[in-house]
Amino acid sequence: MRDHWGDTLQPALVQHVELTAIAVVIGFAIAFPLALLAHRYGRLEHPVGVVSALLYTIPSLALFQLLIPFSGLTWTTVEIALVSYTLVILFPNIMAGLHSTPDEVLEAAQGMGLTRLQVLLRVELPLAIPAIVGGLRVAVVSTVAIATIAAFLLPDGLGYPIVLALKEPTPFKTEIYSAGGLAIAFAISCDLLLVALRRALAPWAVTGLA
Amino acid sequence: MSAAAEIVFDHVTKRYAGRDAPALDDLSLEIPAGTFCVLVGPSGGGKTTALKMVNRLIPFDSGDIRIDGRSVRDLPLTELRRGIGYVIQQIGLFPHQTVGENIATVPRLLGWPKRQTAERTVELLELVGLEARDAERYPAQLSGGQRQRVGLARALAADPPLLLMDEPFGALDPITRFRLQTELRRLHREVGKTVIFVTHDVDEAIQMGDRIAILREGGVLAQYDTPDAILAHPADDFVAQFVGEDRALRRLALRTLRDVTLEPGSQSEPGSRVSPDTTVRNAVSLMLETGDEQLVVVDGDRVLGVFHLRDAGELL
Amino acid sequence: MMLADAANLHTFVDALRFIGANPGFLAQKALEQLELSGAALGIALAVALPLGIVLGHFHRGSGVAIAGSIVGRALPSLVLIAAFLTLLGIGFVNNMVALAVLGTGPILTNSYDSVDRVDKDVVESARGMGMTGWQILRRIELPLAIPLLFTGIRISAVTIVATAPIAAIAGGGGLGDVIVNQASYRLSGVLGASLCVMALSAFVFVALAGFQISVTPRGLRGTSVIGDQTRKEQQ
Repeated sequence: MRDHWGDTLQPALVQHVELTAIAVVIGFAIAFPLALLAHRYGRLEHPVGVVSALLYTIPSLALFQLLIPFSGLTWTTVEIALVSYTLVILFPNIMAGLHSTPDEVLEAAQGMGLTRLQVLLRVELPLAIPAIVGGLRVAVVSTVAIATIAAFLLPDGLGYPIVLALKEPTPFKTEIYSAGGLAIAFAISCDLLLVALRRALAPWAVTGLA
Repeated sequence: MSAAAEIVFDHVTKRYAGRDAPALDDLSLEIPAGTFCVLVGPSGGGKTTALKMVNRLIPFDSGDIRIDGRSVRDLPLTELRRGIGYVIQQIGLFPHQTVGENIATVPRLLGWPKRQTAERTVELLELVGLEARDAERYPAQLSGGQRQRVGLARALAADPPLLLMDEPFGALDPITRFRLQTELRRLHREVGKTVIFVTHDVDEAIQMGDRIAILREGGVLAQYDTPDAILAHPADDFVAQFVGEDRALRRLALRTLRDVTLEPGSQSEPGSRVSPDTTVRNAVSLMLETGDEQLVVVDGDRVLGVFHLRDAGELL
Repeated sequence: MMLADAANLHTFVDALRFIGANPGFLAQKALEQLELSGAALGIALAVALPLGIVLGHFHRGSGVAIAGSIVGRALPSLVLIAAFLTLLGIGFVNNMVALAVLGTGPILTNSYDSVDRVDKDVVESARGMGMTGWQILRRIELPLAIPLLFTGIRISAVTIVATAPIAAIAGGGGLGDVIVNQASYRLSGVLGASLCVMALSAFVFVALAGFQISVTPRGLRGTSVIGDQTRKEQQ
């Protein structure tokens, strides 16, 4: 593994981290305001949910290919696909979080004279944190996995050493195991980080019943 | 403590869309400042509707509700609600906030200085029978009874002149409920606020209320009076049936031996010894059980007097 | 990004032409893919379903169920396929096993959850009426578990079908053969096959959703079957 670290694995890992980070950040930046709008104006949730579920069934390899005529063999193509998948995961999770405030808590908040904005900022959003972080966990781990498929288009990310290795008459096991291991380790590290984040942001959800 | 508020319901009517019978039909009610007023009745009587109109969680169609002469419609919604304590059966504590943060909700909304809010929180925890260190705990770590104590403290936080309570003890076990009922009465004597309290339990109404408003189906006020007057003179068959056939005994339960005139007596009088805090009802029960005609009321070693079985009938 | 300008439209027209010109070939490839997917789903079901249900019935081993869901998500399909190729050689078997491993997670997690979460009061009243453990499982827990259980199977099936094209790189056959071989089939072929893959996944998804609705006990119907797929992925 040491032989490949500098020339192959390290750049691949860095690219993989970038691919994932861009997708999750943009996905969140779109899903969060969208969910707030849907929460405020209702009626938007179910249609978006169905579209999301169908979009999620599109195989990543096919989606990458189908985007090529529009945006070519570029990172843009890869990111459009990855962002779509994160959106599909994040939106319903954020919605579920915003809806998780019990009715009696909302009534008490209203009864004490909190304005609509105060209810959102002080009650609904804090209570949504566990579900939002839960959505982020799934989104990040899935994106790490799907980003390996980007190697079918571009010579980037941890999938590329694997794709190359598979094209050899006798596949290079080291490349497969080391790149694969790195992808899995990266996914698990992100997941643990997000669990820690949830504990920090929502201590009540840890010590409490949940 | 701040003054209590006088509440007036002035010909208030409410109809829900799609229903024939009104939820509340021309309700007029004057609740003097400092009164503990219980709204009681079967479901469909509109008692919760009436309560939630005061802080405008439910809008009313016609008539008016005034707090100290000022219509609830004249105040901005949030200002009105921040000035009224509100307690509900499901409590609705914020699960992501500690007990202390929950209690501090309205003071924070009103922009109280931090120090004052903190002092008030400690004071309130003590007032409702919790400890100062409970402020750091989360609602999920409390028992049902403790949670409702926090709910009560949260409602009292900004010292509102009016407290609205919607079946606050409905979900508690009988022992916890009895304890909280007793403490709420004590609290009411101490802080002297106006309380509007909704229940469907007539026993609770009689035990808690200075005044009781009985609402029947269709939101019609059947009777509004003191518990004693309602038990003595039910306005109609509905009220008589609602308060129960044993209303004579219930009236006796409203008074203790301290409240009645006793015949003088000495240490040598025969009969069981009882404390002056015994209710007349329990005194009668004891005499029926022992077969005695009289009881000796004692305060420690001192004899206060003698209570005769025949005196009980005269109290009614 | 330029949306659907003339050149792009042209590319897609070519892709559709490719589909029109090679219906038999594409159908054969689609069947290959379904065959591989079906075999993988069969193995996943055979392993995960009984295990999840039994663990759920006894409320044991939630760790196994959670591990199942983590493994399902954290293992990139490409890595899995490549790893099994090094172990089992190129061809049908390694791909089937890799896809089966991928499909195991959702089935295990959901079948465990679906049985584990059946209302405790309902189970207790059944026990109080004298039902045996087997009767409780058969008559109470399983019928009530069906919606969540099937959601797991559906997620698993769609995951497998959607991942199967990647198996082409390891001799898995199917429509993926066309997608990863632009040299032979050119862009029109790649896009045409991609469209077919999309249609195939959507078909499997919708068909299973319909099947799920038909096997859900009447009293439990009325909740959205399709919209809740991604929600199930929470936590």
